[in-house]
Amino acid sequence: MTTPATPTSRAASLEFRGVTKRYGSGEESTGAVNDLSFTVPAGTICVLVGPSGCGKTTSLKMVNRLIEPSGGQILLDGSDVMSEEVTALRRRIGYVIQQVGLFPHLTIGRNVAVVPALMGWTGERQQARTDELLALVGLDPGRYRNRYPSQLSGGERQRVGVARALAADPPLMLMDEPFAAVDPIVRERLQDEFLRLQRELAKTILFVTHDIDEAIKMGDLIAVMEEGGRLAQFGPPEEILAHPASDFVARFVGQDRGLKRLSLSTVADLRTEPLGRREGLPTFSPDTTLRDALSILLVADTRGGVALDEAGQPRGLVTVDAIASALADDKPRRTARA
Amino acid sequence: MNGEPLVRWDWLWAHLGPIADRIGQHLYLTAIAVGVGFVISFALAAVSIRRRRLYPPVVVVATALYTIPSFALFAALVAITGLSILTAEIPLVLYTFILFVPNIVAGFDAVPFDVLDAADGMGFTAGQRWWRVELPLALPLVVASLRLATVSTIGLVTVSAILGDRFGGLGYYILDGYHRTFTTEILVGGLLSIGLAVLADLGFVLLQRVLTPWAAARAVSR
Repeated sequence: MTTPATPTSRAASLEFRGVTKRYGSGEESTGAVNDLSFTVPAGTICVLVGPSGCGKTTSLKMVNRLIEPSGGQILLDGSDVMSEEVTALRRRIGYVIQQVGLFPHLTIGRNVAVVPALMGWTGERQQARTDELLALVGLDPGRYRNRYPSQLSGGERQRVGVARALAADPPLMLMDEPFAAVDPIVRERLQDEFLRLQRELAKTILFVTHDIDEAIKMGDLIAVMEEGGRLAQFGPPEEILAHPASDFVARFVGQDRGLKRLSLSTVADLRTEPLGRREGLPTFSPDTTLRDALSILLVADTRGGVALDEAGQPRGLVTVDAIASALADDKPRRTARA
Repeated sequence: MNGEPLVRWDWLWAHLGPIADRIGQHLYLTAIAVGVGFVISFALAAVSIRRRRLYPPVVVVATALYTIPSFALFAALVAITGLSILTAEIPLVLYTFILFVPNIVAGFDAVPFDVLDAADGMGFTAGQRWWRVELPLALPLVVASLRLATVSTIGLVTVSAILGDRFGGLGYYILDGYHRTFTTEILVGGLLSIGLAVLADLGFVLLQRVLTPWAAARAVSR
């Protein structure tokens, strides 16, 4: 029987239970974490977001025990991470960091195969898996396999970092500001590609960022953390934007949280009005976000725009009022990326 | 001096055998000094990396050793270790410390933190991290220090000729030529010694290329 290069994809649930990390005596010292509890269901992306020094990276690094907690438990599929041998634990958790941390002395192929090599896969299986992953992250294996990291652009390196983290098909991925070091255009493309990839892979992902927009875009769940390492709010992006739990969260998500909420819904979610004359009106494909639609309507200065269905046929009229009333709903349906 | 030509080729042809032996001895003395010096220096560097406050005193001592004139050190050691190979090797080894230790420490310091963080996060054991990540990335400066120490030692070996004709490698000809006012010998000893140093230097450059192909890749990229 041959072993396939790709093990069947799987994901693990992740639970923080009263996790605390103290540094020295100072209760509020930078990076400390205070009684953190939340659960990330298998197959979802949870984003830890907050100002610098709020303990989000500390929290992430406690999962693969690069930092050991002072108290509490972290459960991976129900079992305490402290109960497993540390290198074995780390090898089954994908790890992506901002500076990527590719090994400069290894080719791209060998970088991707690092964990499989540690786990003793045969060379043949490593090679097959490497090629598969490079293709998955959009890098032609034939072109990139034998290059060195110094010969790649920042965006390419970041893709290799993701491929490397996926190599042994980990049930959990830890991503610490993975797209922060590249320029905004590349970042957006990497985010989009990663979300597309995640739709296929359905990994459990703990993702750290200081950027609330990235958190809203990437997260199925968002954990907002504040100074002192406390959890300020935990929930899906809509809920955090619609009902900030505290002044801190409201300030952190920004005055434009209404607009941000609009970016979570699309024209397809909206009730439309009957269509009258449609000459000269802007048209919206179903996947246009309500935020973009509002912007287009305000700029065009028209009474409305034409919502198109999947086939490109007019479905009805979208108005500024209709978009505003979507915000009034407590929970706008979230299909911008489901 | 006394109407002799600068180089007496007949002497040279007549002494090819002994010259080859001297070259062998020169390389032998150099190899022992560099080998032993490297092992001790690597240990000193390893300790300095782990216990940072030991690093400054290590460097001070290594520098102080380097300031002792080689001539004086060889002479002084005769009183302790006699005319043994130890008398020749101890100074040569001591002089390598200042060439090795700072470079080895710098080599390991130069390994980027994010690379080590990634290695830990992916589940390398401490030993795997050292052999597969830290050592290879420190290698460029480690090899550079070997290159430096070898070239320097090849020059210094000649001075050990003052310990008698059992030592000195090609330095034997320099000293003997000086005593006999025989230029041919001085030139043979001096030029071949320089030649050995140049060849050793080239050898290490090649070794560097072979051991660190990624450094060359960086140079040709973009």
